[in-house]
Amino acid sequence: MDSVLLRALRHIGHRVIDGVWRLGYASRFFALVLLRSGPSFRRFPLTVREIYYAGVLSLIIILVSGLFVGMVLGLQGYDTLQRFGSEEAVGTLVALSLVRELGPVVAALLFASRAGSAMTAEIGLMKATEQITALDMMAIDPIARIVGPRFWAGVISMPLLAALFSAMGIFGGYLIAVVLLGVDAGAFWSQMQASVDLQEDVMNGVIKSIVFGVAVTAIALFEGYDAPPTAEGVSGATTRTVVTSSLAVLALDFVLTAFMFRGT
Amino acid sequence: MEAAITQNLVEVEDVEFRYDLRPVLKGIHMRFPRGKVLAIMGLSGCGKTTTLRLIAGQLKPTRGSVRIAGRPVHTLDQSELYTLRRRMGMLFQFGALFTDMSVYDNVAFQLREHTALPEAIVRDLVLMKLNAVGLRGAHRLMPSELSGGMARRVALARAIALDPMLIMYDEPFAGLDPISLGVIGNLIRRLNDALGATSIVVTHDVQESLKIVDYVYFMSEGVVVAQGTPDEIRASGEDYVRQFVHGQMDGPVPFHFAGRSYPSDLRLERALG
Amino acid sequence: MDRRVIDLWVGIFVVAGIAAFFVLALQVSNAGSFNTADSYRLIAEFNNIGGLRVQAPIKSAGVVVGRVDSIEFDNDKFVARVVMRLDKRIKLPKDTIASILTSGLLGEQYIGLDGGGDPVNLADGERLKQTQSAVVLEKLIGQFLYGKAAEGPAK
Repeated sequence: MDSVLLRALRHIGHRVIDGVWRLGYASRFFALVLLRSGPSFRRFPLTVREIYYAGVLSLIIILVSGLFVGMVLGLQGYDTLQRFGSEEAVGTLVALSLVRELGPVVAALLFASRAGSAMTAEIGLMKATEQITALDMMAIDPIARIVGPRFWAGVISMPLLAALFSAMGIFGGYLIAVVLLGVDAGAFWSQMQASVDLQEDVMNGVIKSIVFGVAVTAIALFEGYDAPPTAEGVSGATTRTVVTSSLAVLALDFVLTAFMFRGT
Repeated sequence: MEAAITQNLVEVEDVEFRYDLRPVLKGIHMRFPRGKVLAIMGLSGCGKTTTLRLIAGQLKPTRGSVRIAGRPVHTLDQSELYTLRRRMGMLFQFGALFTDMSVYDNVAFQLREHTALPEAIVRDLVLMKLNAVGLRGAHRLMPSELSGGMARRVALARAIALDPMLIMYDEPFAGLDPISLGVIGNLIRRLNDALGATSIVVTHDVQESLKIVDYVYFMSEGVVVAQGTPDEIRASGEDYVRQFVHGQMDGPVPFHFAGRSYPSDLRLERALG
Repeated sequence: MDRRVIDLWVGIFVVAGIAAFFVLALQVSNAGSFNTADSYRLIAEFNNIGGLRVQAPIKSAGVVVGRVDSIEFDNDKFVARVVMRLDKRIKLPKDTIASILTSGLLGEQYIGLDGGGDPVNLADGERLKQTQSAVVLEKLIGQFLYGKAAEGPAK
């Protein structure tokens, strides 16, 4: 007789084993995408086209969000720092928060929601309407032709978007702190420049955004390729892309931060 | 590696196929001679689409062999399989056109990917293929602007873009209006004869296919239950074939889904004693 | 979508992204500071470097004239051997003193250079004769308490 507990345990065990199996399958898929990346570069216009759909079309949301995040940082930072008489450090606060953390992370989350889910839906739909099979039957490797360019487009776009996010954010912080709240412009910039290091902060942020780009794009493409060829299948896959890549970005952020900013 | 000039382009020999543990094909034997149009018919789930995919090399048989021009398909590696597939064309059930390109680009796709022909020649070839299916004037349209029948015809033009020696059709008649049915049927026959190719049509549309094919294989539950020319099939005494061809409600394929008896379901047995 | 329009927008996107990166590198961070070609090295040995780190600034009269290149432990003399990289245009006399100071009360530590009156200047690779180590807070407190104890009970 199956007690409720036994059934629950079996269910969980089943899900874990399924998850591990799926992870292995995803890793194999990822390895294949990397191995067959040649055409993505030899026929670069394919990748350029995908950079347009993934990167350029994400510009608006990235720039606007960056501006708002920077402005909020400026507001909150000023409010807190002026209690200690250190409001001139708001430039440092805004810049370091953006360049080290918020730029790469928030840009990656936005990218996952906009471009990642679009890629999942597109590939899932192509699979459901047998376009992927058609390519295979025409002796064209669908992974090299469809998945590869989208992967490299994501990896290339992500750091650019993160840099734009941070730059817009710093501009937003400047608008609030200097223009609105009257912090001295010279102090704002010089304090910032004194504390933001190219290698430690900016480059580490770039490395983070590249890692996030790989993770988000790989997850989005895998979910699309693996989606059941039905309407519910594709919509479920799109949701999974956003959830899984967001969690992955946050987890990777923790790991990378622990490595990079140890005791600085 | 001898690509023997056999009389049969495709030979399916004693093929068994299992999906996980469930047997789908239980030993089938088929021959597809060059230059002919053949049909594989049967109900959904009888294994005909699986057979087609085995021939196309998308699946590997658990036992037996599938040979195309003498070469076993399932032992080829990916590049050899791809080389073979350039000589094959496939028409999918609802066309499977690439939705992000125009009709012209869809037909030109294989020409651009697999040949280094200059655009001027590609243009001529594309228009010729579209002309063969009667849609030369539609070459600027996008797939979303086509009707079902038109999309199917464009997909057919795309399938024959490289003049394949083997053309496979997966339910080409599904969901079409009577005029389109006639058009597709005619095109399948005419293109096959014009190209000197071999065509395999998987379908359950009896009337249209019997008009155009040279030979029929009838499948049921993973085995070939009958085969013959259209006339032989029409005159067949085989129960399953008769029920299929004449669309009879009851026969080897029962009308009623298996379950309890009618009186017991309506709880009449006790009442009637 | 027309190929040319796509290419144009992708080009704009990539240029904008790289430009943003350059803004971050030059305008926001302190990357523009040091070029090894226009610099020369000086050595200073300290008994205690305190919290001095590589890339810490070297200031003279409060102006940044260089950066700390490397810090090593000299096992023979049991001192810290600091290699400083200074702007070539800055000439320092031979009796310059290097001290480790703290910016602000609890800020990061840097090296301060006080020039003497020696007419001869330090050359590339030379060692400074006099140095002053970092102030270690515990020793300071210890000295204060010792001093207070030596004063004896209040009269």
